[in-house]
Amino acid sequence: MKVDRRSFLGLGLGAAAGITVSPMMLKIMDDSSILTQTTKTWPWALDHPPFDGEVSYESSVCSLCPGSCGISVRKIDDRPVKIEGLADYPINDGGACLHGIAGLQYLYDPARVKTPLKKNGDKFEEISWDDAIALVAGKLSDIRKSGSPEKLACIADKGQGSVSGLFKRLLKTFGSPNFYTMPSLESYLEVTAAALHGEGKTIGFDLENANFVLSFGAGIIEGWGSPVNCFKANASRKDRHAKLYQIEPRLSNTAANADKWIPIKPGTQADLALGMCAVILKNNLFNSMATGFTGFSKLTAMLQKEYSPSKTSEITGVKAADIEKMAISFAKAKMPLAVFGKGRGDGAQSLKEMAAVHTLNCLVGNINKKGGAFILPKNDYLEFPGESMDNTARKGFSKAKTGRYVNQLVEKVNASSKPVVEALFVYNSNPCYALHNPKSVKEAIGKIPFVVSFSSYLDETAMEADIVLPSHTFVERLEDVPSGAGLAKTVVGLTKPVIEPVFDTKNPGDAVISIAKALEGSIAENFEWESYEECLENVTSGIWDSLSEDGVAVISEGVPSGFVNVNISFIANNPVTIQAQGDYDLTLIPIDNMRLISAGTAASPFAIKTVADTVLKGTDIVVEINPLTAKGLKDKGFATLTTPMGTARVKVNLNEGMMPGVIGMVEGLGHTFDNKFVSNKGVNVNDLIGPVIESGSGLDAAFGIKAKIS
Amino acid sequence: MKQEHNKAHKFGMVIDLDKCTGCGSCMVSCMSENNVPFKDDESDKKKSITWMRVYKLTNGKSFPDTEIVYMPRPCQHCGGKGDHGHSPCVSVCPATATDYGYDTGIVSQIYTRCFGCRYCMGACPYHARYFNWWDPKWPEGMEKYLSPDVSPRMRGIVEKCSFCYHRYQAARDQAYAEGDKDNIPEENYQTACTTACPAGAIVFGDLNNPEHKVHQIVKPDPHPDPRNKHVVGKSRNPKVFRLLERLGTNTKVYYLSDREWVRKQGDNYLEGEWDKIKNHHGDTSHG
Repeated sequence: MKVDRRSFLGLGLGAAAGITVSPMMLKIMDDSSILTQTTKTWPWALDHPPFDGEVSYESSVCSLCPGSCGISVRKIDDRPVKIEGLADYPINDGGACLHGIAGLQYLYDPARVKTPLKKNGDKFEEISWDDAIALVAGKLSDIRKSGSPEKLACIADKGQGSVSGLFKRLLKTFGSPNFYTMPSLESYLEVTAAALHGEGKTIGFDLENANFVLSFGAGIIEGWGSPVNCFKANASRKDRHAKLYQIEPRLSNTAANADKWIPIKPGTQADLALGMCAVILKNNLFNSMATGFTGFSKLTAMLQKEYSPSKTSEITGVKAADIEKMAISFAKAKMPLAVFGKGRGDGAQSLKEMAAVHTLNCLVGNINKKGGAFILPKNDYLEFPGESMDNTARKGFSKAKTGRYVNQLVEKVNASSKPVVEALFVYNSNPCYALHNPKSVKEAIGKIPFVVSFSSYLDETAMEADIVLPSHTFVERLEDVPSGAGLAKTVVGLTKPVIEPVFDTKNPGDAVISIAKALEGSIAENFEWESYEECLENVTSGIWDSLSEDGVAVISEGVPSGFVNVNISFIANNPVTIQAQGDYDLTLIPIDNMRLISAGTAASPFAIKTVADTVLKGTDIVVEINPLTAKGLKDKGFATLTTPMGTARVKVNLNEGMMPGVIGMVEGLGHTFDNKFVSNKGVNVNDLIGPVIESGSGLDAAFGIKAKIS
Repeated sequence: MKQEHNKAHKFGMVIDLDKCTGCGSCMVSCMSENNVPFKDDESDKKKSITWMRVYKLTNGKSFPDTEIVYMPRPCQHCGGKGDHGHSPCVSVCPATATDYGYDTGIVSQIYTRCFGCRYCMGACPYHARYFNWWDPKWPEGMEKYLSPDVSPRMRGIVEKCSFCYHRYQAARDQAYAEGDKDNIPEENYQTACTTACPAGAIVFGDLNNPEHKVHQIVKPDPHPDPRNKHVVGKSRNPKVFRLLERLGTNTKVYYLSDREWVRKQGDNYLEGEWDKIKNHHGDTSHG
């Protein structure tokens, strides 16, 4: 048949008419929607429906951060499905933060270490627990035999709690004084309390009752202290008619929520506090007890000379009249409270700043008063039996610590050509991420011949380890969790396993006990518990009844009584204020964001999901900068940020809430481990900031660094 | 047999923007309660499924007079013009996949009926609806934390906040079991965002029940606004406002703030319009 133009068109039209009239197309569309879009044909759902079962709730305590909130875990049969705040718990009373609520995501984190690992060349290989413990014990025995047991060091996240207690005990009976903790608000509170009130104390802030809170950059709703407790105290402010003044260079959420935001030049909070002290002294608004403080007259003389309102104004950028007004209303307030610890309070801090702010508390006489600062004894509810030490242990333990804090340890290891540390334990901390200049920390850890990580995840530090002994996550383990971090009361909670361990992991307490037993001799003698559980019950015997029955023991509550010594000599000597390193024109400061975690652990996928696109866009970090400072830079455009420590490609967010001359970069991004949901996003701000050690205190006090952006 | 009059509920919430800290607990509590998935990159917010989303508002002033407020935005559960149940999304859904619950005031979303035309997304003035462009994928093992109370959604489906309807069902079942089916105590039905908020900024309950805190704060005017008959349930509290209230969507999510600039951001006003409007809070003629 010949197909001419006419028949071609005719056939085409006929076909078109036929298709239009026939129900075929409708049927195909309908079928395709059924085939592609009903749950019945969704292969995933056929295999993985969320199975139903019996509902139950278990109470436990969250140990993701120092907040130590009570949690209630909803379970379907033996599957935990949701974490919520525990009602009536003495710290958080039902509230919870986003990280705790997302806690179950950590249980199934793609970066979890599923079994003990041993590094072979560049790669990890799986080994059994027995082999891993034998390997660690063998290595430690060799170090001990060589006669320098002090060359075993340990870095833990905190000094409190029985697991840290076991690490300390292992080091002590092994013969090493080299137990270190990562910087935390609690450690800073202890350092400050030691400087002003003597050793063995810590500070609690009665935020729930104070009616005039002067916060020197403390991110009260940015994760500072015990976060949920602070959220609650802050939320009740409106009803209590309490005031909050926030002093920091950036309009943080806390500043935005405060009654007044006082922008201040970065790193000059100490000077402002001292300027305010001067006003209080000059106007005779101090508490009569103050004249009895050690160093009072010296301080008065120093302040009148160095910290007149005009001078203070010049340093801080705050108007002289405002300084005077603020100091006077603070001193005249019924329950004033000055709070320190910039951001979350766990980053770098200067003792000058903390002591200066706390001196304000001392001068107005709110120490151990309702709504004031409580001087509490260190939370030592643990009763470990006395150690028996052999000669090697005694000799090694009596030696001086290699460095005062982790920073000095890192410096010593890097400075020496011989190994200063032969073996390092890293527990629940991630110094290769969380300290300033993590490159140098990595270098130091690389120089240590034998590194054992007790991490749950293959994080930046665990990746540098020779052996990884994986720990249970907080939903799988039993542990005592002491409060701290500026809480006005002392509470110990009990974390309980709510699920059988998902992988071949151990409670870190059990791992330490196994290592000690494998070391035999006098070390093993000090660890005669069958398991960590037995040890915990034993060392917390004083509070075990309430811990095991109620899940919590309240050790002290309310206003502490008794006289508190105050010694303000440290601040009266007017130590030097730390300056930012470098000589560029701008200053880069880290920003704390509640939705991210600045300590070693990364935020969960859910938490990362909540982060605004003005903080993280794709894999690019966004820095905040005032339009006046951002000459030639476009909002949402790219720029290069340079500091003496390095450069980074960043996106720009022109932000009127940022003080001109300052660049803000969020903390908690730029992780590099194997979890695509949270890792390899943005830059770790610590890479761009180097430590600046404060003379006298030995603390890394780098509040930021000089920078340029183009 | 005497049929007792079944008084309808009207569930709603009021969010105190002065208390909200923007911490994100509500968002995460919502995601983990409702089996909301997550992807590698969630920074494209148009494609990021967040039934509850916290927006950042600023007063637009320059340093140092800038102010920030955070505004959590769940589905507003519109009652539609005159509060008759013709919500913008319900009106356009060709599949009855989204419906208005006259007994609860909750706008539902029935995933198995939805075929993904996304008309509702276009109709929603609040961007409260999200489309599943992909099947959700959980990392190995993580599907074990999924809750059986809420079905996971596949690609091609629209989803949104349900005011944790499964929690309402559980509370209703309990009320039935206890023999008093009309009485659901306030504390028995609370959404996941409300219970999670560490600042206590969200108050949830029955707007029709004068015993409930939400009613006491909002004091909804039962009569239509005389200046716009489509608007019903306007708050008689001068510090309370709704989003785009004048559209007559009659949302059941109210916001509370002491700050005038925040209340003004609840709608778009012509020049001079705000000053005429700001003092009308519920009609005074009805007390």
